[in-house]
Amino acid sequence: MSAAVADPTAPLTPSGNLRRRRAFSRSTEHAATGAAIFAVAVLGIVIYSVLSRGASAISIDFLTKGAPAGVAPAIVGTGVIVALATLIAAPLGVLMAIFVTEFAGERLAGACRLTLDLVNGMPSIIIGVVVFIMLVEQRKQSAIAASVALAIIMLPLVARGSMEILLLVPKSLREAADALGVNRWRSVLTVILPSALGGILTSTVLAVARAAGETAPLILLCSVFDPRSISLNPFEAIPNIPVTIFSLSEEGNPEGFARAWGLALVLILAILVANIVARAMLARSRRRMTQ
Amino acid sequence: MSTTISSAGSSLAAGPVRVSRRRKQADRLGDRLLFGVCALAALLGAVLIVLIAYQVIKGAQPAISKFGLGFLVHTTWQPNFGVFGAGSLIYGTLLSSFFALLIGAPLAIAIGLYLSLLAPAGVRGVIGPLVEMLAAIPSVILGFWGIIVLAPFVQQNVEPWLHDTLGFIPLFGAPQTTGASIFTASLILTIMIVPIIASISRDLFLAVPRDVQDGASALGATRWEVVRGVVLPSTASGVVAASLLGLGRALGEAIAVTQVIGAGAEIHASLFMTGDTLASRIASQLPGAITGMHTASLYYLGVILLVIGVFSNLLAHWIGRRFDYRRFAK
Repeated sequence: MSAAVADPTAPLTPSGNLRRRRAFSRSTEHAATGAAIFAVAVLGIVIYSVLSRGASAISIDFLTKGAPAGVAPAIVGTGVIVALATLIAAPLGVLMAIFVTEFAGERLAGACRLTLDLVNGMPSIIIGVVVFIMLVEQRKQSAIAASVALAIIMLPLVARGSMEILLLVPKSLREAADALGVNRWRSVLTVILPSALGGILTSTVLAVARAAGETAPLILLCSVFDPRSISLNPFEAIPNIPVTIFSLSEEGNPEGFARAWGLALVLILAILVANIVARAMLARSRRRMTQ
Repeated sequence: MSTTISSAGSSLAAGPVRVSRRRKQADRLGDRLLFGVCALAALLGAVLIVLIAYQVIKGAQPAISKFGLGFLVHTTWQPNFGVFGAGSLIYGTLLSSFFALLIGAPLAIAIGLYLSLLAPAGVRGVIGPLVEMLAAIPSVILGFWGIIVLAPFVQQNVEPWLHDTLGFIPLFGAPQTTGASIFTASLILTIMIVPIIASISRDLFLAVPRDVQDGASALGATRWEVVRGVVLPSTASGVVAASLLGLGRALGEAIAVTQVIGAGAEIHASLFMTGDTLASRIASQLPGAITGMHTASLYYLGVILLVIGVFSNLLAHWIGRRFDYRRFAK
């Protein structure tokens, strides 16, 4: 540094110190890039493992028959459980979001957000335990109990996602409705909700994708079932994908492993597709609303 | 068209637009109904939290009154003899989660920095969602992958290497035969928490005003010095909050941990031995609990987990709000 000051005519090349600082800066840049590549590589490795091991298990029989040949009951069962959970969670979540964005004052909205965050941060096993105590301990396992637990897990996701979208609804729309003398409930139901519908659907799809793979509550609530036949009865324990993968993985039987990989592939594909579609939809509706 | 305009004009001329009484009543009712229904739904959040705490604590009551706070430090867990203590489980939970945070947080912050400051726009749009996709992989699949793919690899390659180079630290003891260990569990937890911390910290870094960074650059700071001197200090609290959220997630994970940790009963200094965590013990033993006290003790584990989880979430919330950089920017 001082050398450069002493001689103003010296060419502007980095001195030793600056060269060192630059090299260090560059190495940290490389490290950050490496970290990002590493994370993507881990995702790639996991998906590749599931693909390469699961693809050989997939066949028509695998997807359409009951155990031991196939896993159709588990696929149908997960569909039933998640659909019921969505029926509970989506309306409640949207209503919560409307309350926070349309009715609540700043402090009340903050409190609602905090409770939603707390529910969201609640370990899923705890939610499973609570539903176990309330619905299963005195009676028996059932798909309904599993749906209730999944609904509690989905609720904050739907509500927070819907809130974000409702807040993006342009103020001018509300003001226009107010200026026309439209009542609050009419403007919420006919102006604000329809324009936010795309975003609400997206956050619901993301919540479904999250709930479909949730295992911990199902282990407690819906794990003793007959894997041979398809059951749609929500008042009994029905086969489902996560518990089937879990129990096959704990058994340590190579044939079971093959089925578990096949099932994992089905689940992961469904979840990834749902995620990709939802993200694309979200980006689109966000662009449209912020324009 | 013209007729409607003229008729509207005539009604305006005649005075204010008449709204029928029925419509007025319907509107008043509709407003109240919508407000009521929404308020009830919003109340549900608070009700849920109270309900969760109440039910778990009530279920644990027999174990709480029998073992008291000594439950937290006793390490024996023998359902057949009616002796229960959570010591080794708390140890396993904290060790695996903190180790996961130790690896995961720097990795995630680096990813956040890359996505917010380094990556070209096109690359950012691809890598960002891919990293978040990591969080979408169900824990049961990650755990299964952990047993079959990760554990043997770790046991054959990573653990011997760590033992050879860092073996003087008791944490890095001799590798065991299966690869089911607290270390493997930590790695799985790391995969789970990295996307959470990375996406929050990316958003934080993106919110740092560009002109402050440019100012630092103009003063001759290198890119790293801008990060070190401007970006990280102004977002530190948010990054800490994000890490706490990740930690909370790791502490409560049950399934994937059950699959890879090996359900060991004792406390070992070495990361490469088996262990067990609170959440994983509940998941593995509650369905087949043999006595009432066994069940109550498992609920007691739930109470501990609940307290740790709520505490870490509240702390994250408080730190994130108290020191929110964006609030000062406004």
